Amino acid sequence: MKSPLLRTLAAVSAVLSLSVAGSVLAAEEVNVYSYRQPFLTKPVFDEFTKETGIKVNTVFAKEGLIERLMNEGRNSPADLMLVANVGTLGAAVESDLAQRVDSDVLEANIPANFRDKGNKWFGLTSRARVIITSKDRVEPGLIESYADLTKPELEGRICTRSGKHPYMVELVAAMITHDGKASAQNWLAGVKENLARKPQGGDRAQVSAIAEGECDVAIVNSYYMGGMLSDPEQKATAETVNILFPDQNGNGTHMNISGVIMTKAAPNRDNALKLMEFLSNDVAQSIYADLNQEFPINPDVPASDLISSWGEFKHDELSLNAIIKNRALAYRLADEVDYDG
Amino acid sequence: MTADKPVTGRVKTRWGSSAAYHSAMSTKVSWPEEELGKNRARQTLLSNTPVHPVQGAQVAPEIQYHRFIPGQPAPQDLGRPGGGGITATRSPDASGRKVSHKSSMPAISGWSVVALLIAFIVCLPILSVIWLSFNPEENIWPHLVNTVLASYIWTTLGLMLGVAIGTLLIGVSTAWLITHYEFPGRSLFNWALLLPFAVPAYVIAFIYTDLLEFAGPVQSGLRALFGWKLANEYWFPAIRTLPGAIIMLVLVLYPYVYLLARAAFLEQSASVLEAAKVLGGPSQNLFFRVALPMARPAIVVGLSMAMMETLNDFGTVDYFAVRTLTAGLYDVWLGMNNLGGGAQIATLLLMFVMMLIGLEKVSRRHQQNFQPTATRFRQLTRHPLSGRRALLASAACLAPVLLGFLIPAWVLVDYAITYFAESWTEDFRQIAINSMLLSGTAAATAVTIGILLSYSQRLHPTRLLRTSVNVSSMGYAVPGAVLAIGVIIPFATFDNTLDDFMRRHFDISTGLLLSGTVFALIFAYTVRFLAVAYGSVDASMKKISPHMDDAARSLGHSSVSILTRIHLPLMKSGVLTAALVVFVDCMKELPATLILRPFNFDTLATHVYQFASDELIGEASLGALLIVLVGLAPVILLTTTIDRSRELKAAGITTIDASGDTPKPATA
Repeated sequence: MKSPLLRTLAAVSAVLSLSVAGSVLAAEEVNVYSYRQPFLTKPVFDEFTKETGIKVNTVFAKEGLIERLMNEGRNSPADLMLVANVGTLGAAVESDLAQRVDSDVLEANIPANFRDKGNKWFGLTSRARVIITSKDRVEPGLIESYADLTKPELEGRICTRSGKHPYMVELVAAMITHDGKASAQNWLAGVKENLARKPQGGDRAQVSAIAEGECDVAIVNSYYMGGMLSDPEQKATAETVNILFPDQNGNGTHMNISGVIMTKAAPNRDNALKLMEFLSNDVAQSIYADLNQEFPINPDVPASDLISSWGEFKHDELSLNAIIKNRALAYRLADEVDYDG
Repeated sequence: MTADKPVTGRVKTRWGSSAAYHSAMSTKVSWPEEELGKNRARQTLLSNTPVHPVQGAQVAPEIQYHRFIPGQPAPQDLGRPGGGGITATRSPDASGRKVSHKSSMPAISGWSVVALLIAFIVCLPILSVIWLSFNPEENIWPHLVNTVLASYIWTTLGLMLGVAIGTLLIGVSTAWLITHYEFPGRSLFNWALLLPFAVPAYVIAFIYTDLLEFAGPVQSGLRALFGWKLANEYWFPAIRTLPGAIIMLVLVLYPYVYLLARAAFLEQSASVLEAAKVLGGPSQNLFFRVALPMARPAIVVGLSMAMMETLNDFGTVDYFAVRTLTAGLYDVWLGMNNLGGGAQIATLLLMFVMMLIGLEKVSRRHQQNFQPTATRFRQLTRHPLSGRRALLASAACLAPVLLGFLIPAWVLVDYAITYFAESWTEDFRQIAINSMLLSGTAAATAVTIGILLSYSQRLHPTRLLRTSVNVSSMGYAVPGAVLAIGVIIPFATFDNTLDDFMRRHFDISTGLLLSGTVFALIFAYTVRFLAVAYGSVDASMKKISPHMDDAARSLGHSSVSILTRIHLPLMKSGVLTAALVVFVDCMKELPATLILRPFNFDTLATHVYQFASDELIGEASLGALLIVLVGLAPVILLTTTIDRSRELKAAGITTIDASGDTPKPATA
């Protein structure tokens, strides 16, 4: 029994290692650890390979890539890491995994508030944290800012995702930066008071909850609305709500980003830089915009037609470094007011 | 055999081989007398001294017999309180020490060295996680204790209790029905009850949410029927709740209990049950007083697997917003960027599991069950049920299959057809092949290691080996992503140390040899599912009487030939079960695969996940369906093989039974 088993083992590992080796031996390549889903990144990388002939190898995971990078150390094969939120970008820089990248192209394409002051991380797309309200059940003018969500009239009418999700944490971190911890804590506690149900589900689920009448108001990222409106199956659901850009008379609507770092190890540094610059250029930016309805980070690239139809609005120009700094505190606030409880 | 004690109590055939087996005493039944000799067979405690595997071929086993009178304090240190149950003084240890002292030579045999080495390597990821927990970014506990810790713990306990009750009820009752009664559809349910096993928990959670949420067909139908419009106009049970999570987990985890309970019931010789009846046990109590206690070790293995799966589940609890310790672990790790703090929660989970396992072991310390030797095995006859009882039995078996498999599969098929064009791509077949090869290799590795560890422990039970096996089995209870980090650390350390060394001395960089390869994945799967493989293999091996070993030894067999020629054939169904469970588990494994995989490498689970994680159920459905379908093939294949191996066994024995050599109740 044993020797056939061992033989099978050997054969199988041979097959597997071959299939892997084949992909890594390509001459010109760049290796990417990605926290962003392949259906988003693949079309962009394919385009890059078509233009430059450089092959892009990827590993996608939702967690643990930072730890993998950290442990692999200077021998890590990864050149770039694509990250879905600014908190993780900050964590990567804090763990000293990123190297400084000085590139005129990147600096020209990416506004200053969307990249690291030390040039260690760069934003690639941005999304607005918008408020959506039921078309039928919320009178216009009731809500104009995030602060309005604590109004007593909204008791039992608000839905959000978990208070510990990065998008919520970053919103609260921005509030801490603007108005201080006490004010942010009051806001979070006030919203909790008004919740219709225990925080659950992703942003799309909040839209559905309004369509279904479970609640009237929700906070979501703009690209989920874009995604639902362009999906025939979800269009009807998404059309039951109005999109509202908060704080137009104040700091502006909170923006969060996805971004990229170059790893310290980066064995293919030149190719990696090419890919970074490509990601900030118009081709990649428009693919992102059309595919996932995110805002291009590059001001010269127009948003998708759908997103543009929502009109111009005022962004919160707060430096994301400040958000990174207050992120841990914001996270604790969610526990302290027992937001998810 | 023992007339001192009526066999209406728990029927136990206990063997104490001081080394390979703890405590033993024969309270009863059908141990072939000719094998022991009449006088010694009764009320004896057997010490079976291991034999040196190398020189051992010619060494006759030393056998010590101790007189033991049930119901009274045992002689020497073999204490056992009269009523049975938990022993205050640990008798087997005492005798075990005596023997291991005597056989200190064999303890450093080849088997032990290899087993220890493997056990140590397999422990590394767990040790890494524990090591991480000593290096937190900051102390999380004041914050957690002040805020959410209590709620985490209560939710976790509630979830575990609910899943335990549910899986036991469904798993044991269906297994009993299938093995002991004849009713319409029985032969179909025999394997169909395993089907939900092929459905990943995260998939079933998605599907039922899709079905039962407001926009789903169930509520839409109700609204159309009654003219409601909005959610607040009527009441409908919310699926994304703790009870919802319990139901989801029970539906996919009960097959663990069913599989092992069924195997245990099948292996119970009819003679044992008949002996109990003959001896006057009330027949309605047969199940609770005889069959269930005898099957308990196997059932508990199944249950503990279900419990560990419950503890390591993140997908379902996250989706349902149920705040368990595992969810808290992710919060601390990813939300607070505090991996060390997360590892501390993981260690807490581990201690939780160790406590459970320890409690269980203490409670059945004296309950080593051996089947009568194969020559005494006789097949069960199933009682036909008719009328309403048959209908009830069929319904009881249909319900879990319907809810755990048919409905989810139907939803998946429905979606898969709608989204077929965009899902069925070139890459898809490669991904499916990846999954199969990877799972197959991991299953073979885990089972081989399981056999090796179990057999070494049988030969030379050392405390060190036992501890390492226990530690490595913990891998199952650790959430996959955390275990993945535990795998990364030793692998990367090894790679980088080697690289440093080579750079320094030979000026060559070897880079990362193991990290980020398929090998790392297979290793992670092995560690993660070793508990499954080892549990099942070890349960089978423990059922083989040490007398077989002794007899084979005295006939000059080496330890290897005993394993391959005696144990493995006898353990066939246990080994196949182990392989099946590990294979299907690997097919479903997600979090560790995501983190550890090489570049451009997908399995079906990761393929499904990339869509499901963005709430795109339609695109995810074809892959999910394939995971389920691929899981089916081995389910069906192995159920029939297990049954056949049992039938063969039964067939070989009937002749002996027919010769009139039926087990006789012992006389004093």
